[in-house]
Amino acid sequence: MNALSQTSTIVKYSQVKKSYGDLEVIKGIDLSIAPGEKVALIGPSGSGKTTLGRMLMTLEEPTGGTIQVDGQLLWHEEKNGRFVRAGEKHLHRMRERIGMVFQHFNLFPHMNVLDNVASAPRKVLKLHKREAKERAEAMLAKVGLADKIDVYPSQLSGGQKQRVAIARALVMNPKVMVFDEVTSALDPELVGEVLEVIKDIARQGDMAMMLITHEMDFARDVADRVVFGADGRIVEEGPPKEIFENPKSDRLQSFLGRFR
Amino acid sequence: MNAPWMEFVPLLWEGLKVTAEVAFLAAIAALALSGASGLCRVSKYRTVQWAAKTYTELFRGIPLLVLLIWVYFALPFAGLELPKLAAAVLAIGLNYGAFGSEIVRSSIEAVPAGQREAGIALNFTPAQRMLYLILPQALPRMLPPFGNLLIELVKATSLIYFITLSDLTYQAMILRNNFLPWTPHIFGLLLILYFLLSVVITVVVKWLERRLTEGRV
Repeated sequence: MNALSQTSTIVKYSQVKKSYGDLEVIKGIDLSIAPGEKVALIGPSGSGKTTLGRMLMTLEEPTGGTIQVDGQLLWHEEKNGRFVRAGEKHLHRMRERIGMVFQHFNLFPHMNVLDNVASAPRKVLKLHKREAKERAEAMLAKVGLADKIDVYPSQLSGGQKQRVAIARALVMNPKVMVFDEVTSALDPELVGEVLEVIKDIARQGDMAMMLITHEMDFARDVADRVVFGADGRIVEEGPPKEIFENPKSDRLQSFLGRFR
Repeated sequence: MNAPWMEFVPLLWEGLKVTAEVAFLAAIAALALSGASGLCRVSKYRTVQWAAKTYTELFRGIPLLVLLIWVYFALPFAGLELPKLAAAVLAIGLNYGAFGSEIVRSSIEAVPAGQREAGIALNFTPAQRMLYLILPQALPRMLPPFGNLLIELVKATSLIYFITLSDLTYQAMILRNNFLPWTPHIFGLLLILYFLLSVVITVVVKWLERRLTEGRV
């Protein structure tokens, strides 16, 4: 199984499938992401983009195929020479490398902004209280919310909430991060501030990003590669310039036509 | 002629102490059972879920009086002879724990799925997710129904009179035998005392609710 490990990919989907009962939403996807690469997933609603991200974050288990993260199988582990369904321990080890920002923020309403960001470093990374706090403060400063550390999520705007959520995911220092339609639940005037923060991170970081988005300009600006999916399959992929200026498939042409 | 109130007070006071003692111990038993069985209901293991569900359905479905009588009068035939107090606490605890189990389960399930998912994304272990993320949000939801349940529980302790524990109700009955013409006064006092007990619980629960949701809007 050593052939599986390739240092040039941080994430590798191989013939990944996902069904809910009789409904197959992902129909055999192959997709690799290089370390530090920013990949935008675009496509119509229901094309399976979010499911793809959720399977990487171990929120949904694939019904077929394999996902590798950092050269190791995500949903399988080796036991007595055989690959079996991964247990909680294996998933826990794998998740160290993966982070996610959600469409609906999912901040912890019972914690103030600082604790939202500092709790995982403290409890999961077992950092000393002071160090967890310092890291969290630094991360909150990075997303422009250093002055909000004492307030509760309910007192923040949508854009601020999402920036806290980004800081909360970043502070765990993942190698790959899923951004799942992070601006879709925001008022239009708040979208910009969140996208700016993400662009900033993309510029300075060596963290790979999977950007599931409906913001075409954003995808064009940030992504190294754009993947267009529809009906549970990848229809077309390539550099942003290619995808947006010279779409080849009919599906992509008509999809992009809706944004003009 | 004035009612001999001062004759009533010492006996009712003795009864009140017994009622409070039974209620307090039974409440602890009920809360412990609620928590344990409510957590089992949301376990990922089917058998654990099933065991807790069986307990809940069984003890919710039995009238408390029947359970009380059974524990006190029938268990001795199986070789288990419990003191009155223990029998009362056990019966009331089992009965109200079954109702409380539902409160715990439903409050945990009412925490949005996104909270669990955020916990997974941050690599919290399942136990940490429950302890640091889910329960702190579920607890404030549990408080109002638990307040209700505790008031119910206090009132239900009046049934222990049937296994001859000398609680408030028992003492009132004794007083009534001795002061028959004052029956309305004695039972009036009894009503007020139970009511006051429930007011105390309401106040404490309200205070807890405020404490637990402090800072959040």
